[in-house]
Amino acid sequence: MNTNVRLRLAKPFGTVLLLVASLLFGSSHATDAPTVPDTLQQRIVACTGCHGVHGEGTPGSGFFPRLAGKPAGYLVRQMQDFQSGLRKYAPMEYTVRQLSPAYMQEIAEYFSAQQVPYSRSPLPRVPAATMQRGEQLVNKGDPDRKIPACVSCHGTQLTGVEPSTPGLIGLPYDYISSQLGSWRTHTRATVAPYCMSIVANQLSVSDITAVSAWLASRELPADTRPLPAGSVKQPPSCGIPAAVGSGA
Amino acid sequence: MKAFRRLLLLVVTCIALLVVGLLGWFFFGGGHQPTSPAMSKVAAATLRDPALIARGGYLVTVGDCAGCHTAQGGAGFAGGRLLATPFGNIPVPNISPDRETGLGNWSFEDFWQALHVGKGRHGELLYPAFSYTSYTKVTHDDALAMFAYLQSLPPVHQPATALALGFPYSVRNSLAAWRALYFKEGVFQPDQGQTAQWNRGAYLVQGLGHCNECHAARDSLGGTPQDEHLTGGQIPQQNWYAPDLSTQSNGGLQGWNEQDIVDLLKTGQSAKGVAFGPMADVVVQSTQHMTDADLHAVASYLHSLPARPPPVEEKSPFNTSARVEQGEQVYTQRCADCHGKDGNGIAGIYPPLNGNSSVTEPTGINAIRAVLLGGFAPATSANPRPYSMPPFAQKLSDSDVAAVVSYIRRAWTNKAPIVQERDVSTYRQTPID
Repeated sequence: MNTNVRLRLAKPFGTVLLLVASLLFGSSHATDAPTVPDTLQQRIVACTGCHGVHGEGTPGSGFFPRLAGKPAGYLVRQMQDFQSGLRKYAPMEYTVRQLSPAYMQEIAEYFSAQQVPYSRSPLPRVPAATMQRGEQLVNKGDPDRKIPACVSCHGTQLTGVEPSTPGLIGLPYDYISSQLGSWRTHTRATVAPYCMSIVANQLSVSDITAVSAWLASRELPADTRPLPAGSVKQPPSCGIPAAVGSGA
Repeated sequence: MKAFRRLLLLVVTCIALLVVGLLGWFFFGGGHQPTSPAMSKVAAATLRDPALIARGGYLVTVGDCAGCHTAQGGAGFAGGRLLATPFGNIPVPNISPDRETGLGNWSFEDFWQALHVGKGRHGELLYPAFSYTSYTKVTHDDALAMFAYLQSLPPVHQPATALALGFPYSVRNSLAAWRALYFKEGVFQPDQGQTAQWNRGAYLVQGLGHCNECHAARDSLGGTPQDEHLTGGQIPQQNWYAPDLSTQSNGGLQGWNEQDIVDLLKTGQSAKGVAFGPMADVVVQSTQHMTDADLHAVASYLHSLPARPPPVEEKSPFNTSARVEQGEQVYTQRCADCHGKDGNGIAGIYPPLNGNSSVTEPTGINAIRAVLLGGFAPATSANPRPYSMPPFAQKLSDSDVAAVVSYIRRAWTNKAPIVQERDVSTYRQTPID
């Protein structure tokens, strides 16, 4: 009788003991065998390590560009260009090297769908005249030098256009200026119509500073989404006034 | 005295090489005349046989011919890539059937001469960047199928760029000496004492798969000594370490069972490790497409490789414990969430670091570059949405990378030497391709 009672009591006592033990040691156990969520976000830490969990970029570093909200077609195109070597940047070429088209599409759609606040990245001190020049190039271009306005392709609010024209807002100065430089040195290229390569080659070095500084300093529009496909008629010949070249 | 002896040795070696080279030129120089397709013993109709072409396509995939013969972003098999070697750059030729710039005017006899004998159409000695040291083992029938497949591809007009080798490597006939040292012509001979599966595996690994071209150390002349079979080695210029492939004690794949090997080759990762760097390319382009029978044959052969001698542990002249302690802190903050405090990873998702030869290989290059570059496991049909690791190049200093790599090389059951900060700064700069 006595033993029976003891046994009956022992069972719940043991359970409580186990429970307490698991509470005490459970957390250290979890570090030993971590659980991994089966989410795309978890799978693509190679991307988010630099570009941010939601593709917000890392404005503090002044370099890694924002991916959030960019047209998916544009993001896929960039990954393809890194794979084929049209766009050169060793860490990106290595990262996307063996991704399949389907996986790249999924990753692009993830970043494209993210809506996170923009933040400002550090700006260089530039004279007011440079800023004015930047504003002029962005909004009106320079017809004498055969430079089209940025807004003529990237949308009046510079938020980009579906499916493959990127927005220019919320990007760090260092990133924009290095990209314009890359277009000139052919370390950034893409498939036809090659407009950016032609336009960037029309810019002088001081123009690149001006455009990059003005774009990076710009206040954000109320609606930061890219314009719908077909809403902006890309001017013929890459918007370049008079015939500068065939575009190829 | 010592210096004099070394000089004497150098002079004698140079003279010997010159003599062998001259003899080689005398006996092998020129000689072979190209055979036009019309003069070939192989009928044109044979080469158009769809079954033969299909078989050849599979073999060309197993041999990963496209891996070298396709430039980044270039047309398939059209060459154009520059293969960097310690002796200079070797442009990879166009093997599409273009008449002017590819193999369009080649006969099967010419192809066999290249694959089996390592000589070009006009009898010129080929540079062993083209791994005929392995391909010589490919059977005549398999070579014919491969040739039929290559001839069935769309021709791409793409002329080769000029050879960029320094003297004396630019003198092709100097290869006669090299061949005397490192090349033994001959089709694979099955070992009657082994199973058919083992023999198939040995044939694939030693021949078409040309595994030994990366997975063995190259000496100062760029050759792999005959007795060094799959014992691991640093890949020149690319700066990755291709590990030893023995599964026995002290082998690079110690503890791997056959299924682990099959999994890695088929899916890009196994419970024991993940393919990255150049091996990720090989998995995506080649091994994931191999039949299960062939993968098991490869695994069965690798399983038979002998045990290796235990590594000699050298006493480090540096303060090991301080670096390892610093590394443990970095590991706890940055790595343990995925690879586990115990270094065992998470099966099928994050590779274990404990007992992983990519961590403990002699040079430390793989671990350093994996930490700097991060990256995805290869995306394969079996693992189309792989997990990944963030790059730490922009987050960790050379000192922290050296520390964490040193820590994982000495933690748990690992007993590899620590690495230095200067190694990290070297491999920060290494190009990707």
